[in-house]
Amino acid sequence: MSPWRRAARRFARNRGAMAGAVIVAALVVVALVGPLLTPDPLAQPDPVRLQDRPPSAAHWLGTDPFSRDVLSRTVNAARVSLGVGLGAALLAMTLGAGVGLAAGLAGPRTDQLLMRGVDVAMAMPRIFFLLAVFAVWRGAPAAAVLVLIAATGWFQTSRIVRAVVLSLRESDFVAAARALGERGPGIARRHLLPHLAAPLIVSASLDVGNIILLEAGLSYLGLGVRPPAPTWGNMIMDGKDVLLSAPWIALAPGIALVLTVVAFNLAGDGLRDALDPRAAA
Amino acid sequence: MLRFLARRLLFAAVSVAAVVLFTFLLVHLAPGEPMLGSAEGARVAPAVLARQRALFGLDRPLPEQLARYAANLLHGRLGQSFVLHRPVADVIGAALGPTLLLGGVALLVSLLVGVAVGAAQAARPRSATDTLLGVGTLVLYSVPVFWLGLMLLLVFGQALHWLPVAGMTDPAIHDALSPLGRVVDVARHLVLPAASLALVQAAAFARFQRSTLLESLGGEFIRAARAKGLPERWVLLRHALRGALAPTLTLAGLSVPYFLAGSVLVESIFGWPGLGRVTYDAIFARDYNVIVGTALVAGVLVALGNLLADLAVAAADPRVRLDR
Repeated sequence: MSPWRRAARRFARNRGAMAGAVIVAALVVVALVGPLLTPDPLAQPDPVRLQDRPPSAAHWLGTDPFSRDVLSRTVNAARVSLGVGLGAALLAMTLGAGVGLAAGLAGPRTDQLLMRGVDVAMAMPRIFFLLAVFAVWRGAPAAAVLVLIAATGWFQTSRIVRAVVLSLRESDFVAAARALGERGPGIARRHLLPHLAAPLIVSASLDVGNIILLEAGLSYLGLGVRPPAPTWGNMIMDGKDVLLSAPWIALAPGIALVLTVVAFNLAGDGLRDALDPRAAA
Repeated sequence: MLRFLARRLLFAAVSVAAVVLFTFLLVHLAPGEPMLGSAEGARVAPAVLARQRALFGLDRPLPEQLARYAANLLHGRLGQSFVLHRPVADVIGAALGPTLLLGGVALLVSLLVGVAVGAAQAARPRSATDTLLGVGTLVLYSVPVFWLGLMLLLVFGQALHWLPVAGMTDPAIHDALSPLGRVVDVARHLVLPAASLALVQAAAFARFQRSTLLESLGGEFIRAARAKGLPERWVLLRHALRGALAPTLTLAGLSVPYFLAGSVLVESIFGWPGLGRVTYDAIFARDYNVIVGTALVAGVLVALGNLLADLAVAAADPRVRLDR
């Protein structure tokens, strides 16, 4: 049995991990299909009489201070959270893998330069950067939020990748590939990447939840994706002044956030336990 | 030891300089105008705007602005706030104490609670206690800190009226209180914001502590300790935990950025007069000098956290030598 199939079997036996994976799949479906079925999340049908109304047959999760439908906004906001979470995690993984491979395979001077740079980058408070950028760049598109979160989030991955590359660089199969005339990029792709797949998948999957929380924090401050486009973060901001009289406005996106992040963390924990049996407790 | 300190301080200085450089460049290069945060869309006469820009040197070429900022910085000056019309150093200085109090208490509480919960889980892996605490820490670890803060505010402040929800003191009575009464007053105001920050991070520490402790319990020295007939509690606390504490202390040092980020969100919810609040206000006012200044202080705090963690690890683990 191949190691991948064995890992898949371990994952399938782990109830928490499977629950996480099922919820993630359901959330992806909701994010893709939901916006087609719900009313316009920006519509303000009756700004006076529909302000802060509790859940009803017409508005299942009530309405917000701008008389917009909370359910529709919660469903539409899933696209931002999942898109930024998954996209930024993938991009950060790619960047980290690229730099880690370059540092591990290049000469000692390049290696030193890259890794000292990563040391400095890791000592910087990421959130203050993002705050500074988005404070000035109001209404940045979701793609910019994704790219900037990824650009400030690959440092740890590059260290992991470099460590694996250093441990494999002197191994016989790499020496054999070199003897057959293969060069750095070919060795990286054909011989090293298969060994890096497991740690990369684990670190990226555990990163998704944190990125979703980071994006939510930014949009709670009104930064990043521009209101009135719905995000879970800015929906909670909309509801924070009427917490006591209309708690459903902040509750719906908050519960959606917790559920999403719990699901990704369950699946991520499961992937780690399945792919790295030594780390499993 | 001294060489270690010197090297780490040099590294810290380099990273702080990098923070300042990058934040400065990002703020000035990103699209957008300074000083127009709240007046966005409002009509400001071009002449007024130009005069303001000239006053703060914002009409000069970027390299010149950067050089001037760096020169000021070397003299200990962080520039002038565009909005508050006070030196940035004063603004930040006044806010530093409350943030260190809030963050310090939250860090200490989360570390104690996290290590205790992680140890309780690792003592009986796969037991009902372990599973229950595991679910609890997983959920708390996944909660956005600002949402947790709002929920605590809703329940314990607005619904039950147990605790105050705004500011650091009660302005109506604080000055009339005895010294002990003042401490109690601040402590009561501290509970909810500190709990918001601490609960989430305690869950992170607990998850981490559980796995390092389980790894450490698999070691040869644990078998030896058990073979000597030592009671299990002694084995867990004196032998396993001692070795497993070092990674958690390192993580605690690395968690400073988390507390700083959390303070931006939590301080604005509870009206805590700290660095996070200053950052939050500066963002909305596009107060460039204050934004760069807070990033600078954040960089210093992060570097200090890393340094303290290294020293704590060396103190906890006699195998670690700092003079390598």
